Amino acid sequence: MSTQVAVTQENTTAVTNGSGAAAILSAGIGSFAVALFAIAADKSTFVKDLFVLYKPTGALSGETTAAILLWLAVWAILNWLWRRRNVSLPRINAIALVLLGLSLLLTFPPIGDLF
Amino acid sequence: MEITTRSLWTLIHGMGFGALYLLAGSGAIVALYRQYSTNAPSQSEPGGDRFFGIYLTVMAALAWLTVLSGTYIIYPWYRAAAPAGTTNLAAYPRALLLSHPATKQWHLIGMEWKEHVAWLVPIAITMAAFIAIKYARDLRNHSQLRYALHGFVVISLLAAGIAGFFGAMLDKNAPVDGGQTIQLVQGEKE
Repeated sequence: MSTQVAVTQENTTAVTNGSGAAAILSAGIGSFAVALFAIAADKSTFVKDLFVLYKPTGALSGETTAAILLWLAVWAILNWLWRRRNVSLPRINAIALVLLGLSLLLTFPPIGDLF
Repeated sequence: MEITTRSLWTLIHGMGFGALYLLAGSGAIVALYRQYSTNAPSQSEPGGDRFFGIYLTVMAALAWLTVLSGTYIIYPWYRAAAPAGTTNLAAYPRALLLSHPATKQWHLIGMEWKEHVAWLVPIAITMAAFIAIKYARDLRNHSQLRYALHGFVVISLLAAGIAGFFGAMLDKNAPVDGGQTIQLVQGEKE
């Protein structure tokens, strides 16, 4: 998503909402990554083997570690970009909550297995 | 009265960290409403913002402890492969569940969902704790941040509830047991 679209330069409150928006959107992306990596590992033996970071736990170790690292990286980047700005939060909230809701659904095996 | 080390860890994971998170989750929703809603009866409680930030941070710590203990301590015992020819599968919960058509779905749906959905919880609540601490009193000026906080706390509670429910049912059908035996109370000799 382009930052141009979501970012506005309004300064209506003393503390800008950019850092909060970065945390919200990255949490949505991180959650979605958990579901996405789980489906990818389920569909491909190659990906599954790639995700085995700790053998006793299997691919779950890599799926979750990769999602956490992605979440933290996205959070750091967005926070750096938006920390002094006010951004359009309704849109970001909607995207983040849809991603979180999708993660909840896609981790449910009968739905995840449809892909 | 005895307990095995694996049962003890399962208790710490589920009844300790997990159940505490669920209890705290409902409290967080009430606190969020009381602290920041314009219709709430007691606004601006002294120190309320700081308390709420600490409260969510403790919840985040509980969420991380729950998923890490579940994934790296208990799950390896749960999914351990039974050696070929093993007839008593009691020490291999995953294999035990998959061996009966009546219990198979507890693994295929229950554990498969639980092991992933639980990881949404620490992500969501860490974000909520960050916002509560960073914005503190200023959260009153950011209604959209409060809406997101509400949404993420509610969904994290739902995800934790799903994980908790399946955790309890899996442990009922195929308990993770074994390891050293710890004697809690010495039995009286008759």
